[in-house]
Amino acid sequence: MNYIAAIGKYFIMVGEVFKKPTKWRIMRSLILKEIDELIYGSMGIIIFISFFIGGVVTIQTALNLNSPLIPKSLIGFATRQSVILEFAPTFCSIIMAGKVGSYITSSIGTMRVTEQIDALEVMGVNSLNYLVFPKIIAMLLYPFAIAIAMYVGIFGGWVAGAFGGYAPSGEFVKGLQLDFIPFHITYSFIKTLVFAFVIATVPSFHGFYMKGGALEVGKASTTAFVWTSVVIIILNYIITQLLLG
Amino acid sequence: MIEVENLHKSFGEAHILKGISTTFEQGKTNLVIGQSGSGKTVFLKSLLGLFEPEQGKICYNGDYYWDLTSAEQRDLRQQMGMVFQGSALFDSMTVQENVMFPMDMFTKQSKGEMQDRVDFVLKRVNLIDAHEKYPAEISGGMQKRVAIARAIVMNPKYLFCDEPNSGLDPKTAILIDNLIQEITQEYNITTVINTHDMNSVMEIGEKIIFLKDGYKEWEGTNKEIFKTDNEAVTNFVYSSELFKKVRQMYIEERN
Repeated sequence: MNYIAAIGKYFIMVGEVFKKPTKWRIMRSLILKEIDELIYGSMGIIIFISFFIGGVVTIQTALNLNSPLIPKSLIGFATRQSVILEFAPTFCSIIMAGKVGSYITSSIGTMRVTEQIDALEVMGVNSLNYLVFPKIIAMLLYPFAIAIAMYVGIFGGWVAGAFGGYAPSGEFVKGLQLDFIPFHITYSFIKTLVFAFVIATVPSFHGFYMKGGALEVGKASTTAFVWTSVVIIILNYIITQLLLG
Repeated sequence: MIEVENLHKSFGEAHILKGISTTFEQGKTNLVIGQSGSGKTVFLKSLLGLFEPEQGKICYNGDYYWDLTSAEQRDLRQQMGMVFQGSALFDSMTVQENVMFPMDMFTKQSKGEMQDRVDFVLKRVNLIDAHEKYPAEISGGMQKRVAIARAIVMNPKYLFCDEPNSGLDPKTAILIDNLIQEITQEYNITTVINTHDMNSVMEIGEKIIFLKDGYKEWEGTNKEIFKTDNEAVTNFVYSSELFKKVRQMYIEERN
């Protein structure tokens, strides 16, 4: 019953976020600050993870395709499909749930504990709009980060394949171009946008409604990461079933 | 003027406020006193509209707060200034940005006009060289003064302070108390202060209400509080040896 109440409260919160907007001049600077913090600040980890995941996918695919009848180009094909369909959007989103999600929960949670949110409310500011809306808008740029993750992941696969001796460069590139379906990119960006919304709002919910002191801020961050990951995984299944199933 | 009628507030099973009725007059420093856990903060936050009471009414100059639309409530809140117990300054903003924030948010004043007003209120609270500092870089007393400056920058009709001198040394505490009283009289606003500091009661308590276990146990002035025979009040007021001696002197004088 508590879970149902929390889900209801989450959707009410989301509704409140879009009410009584903050003055555009102030909101613009908040959005730019959040883009810097949430997207630009995460590029390093996204690029790092994507490169090595791409490499690992290539190596594992190559090691499993040991029949001489299977062309080496399939390694490039499998890497492309795995990175575009799953690793870039979903794996990076789980990492972002940890990095960005815990930042969002702890920053909003600390504002709750130190009564800064009460101060906003007393002034007549819609604190949910002020705090959460810029994060949602900033996260609309998340698909751009994932596009880079796709590119870097495939590049990492090519590096591992070509320089590790698993797939010749030409074969790998041939595989990358094999049976390319543009809708897979669309599918990937659709789910990335949904995950972006989840990463912006679920941790905000846990930070905004937390109770207690500094210890509870830490607990709320952990809970937010767990729930954001759970929601991402469930939505990943639903979106895949709806769009590709 | 703020009128409170039969205010009740609960959190789950815990009944915190139990039918509080009182009036806070304009141009006076009204103090809400009581031990920790007596319901002072819940009472203050209920006055501010942060907690919705289950029963009772809060009336601001004839407007019943919970009968107003949410837009009207927000407009009314813009006439309120609040000094939180921990100051509640925005960590990511400088002192100047903190004070300017409400004006930036709700007025169409030019940057120059806002700057003039910020300079004026910071000077009024005796903070001249702290404009560019962050809250973490200034002392607790200075943070309280910044919070007061932020609370009065929009010329509020109502000023609320939750234990404004907690955690401060006695000298700074008196400065803060006097500053609040001066501002109350200067701008003719309705001020409500939560405190359990007897120095504040003696210095600035023009009207005092005493809360005990969620009930309003007593109300009067800072002169009357030392003469009352209400046992709960005397137990609270004379909990320190110094005040016990004051009481003893008063009784001897009376006899």
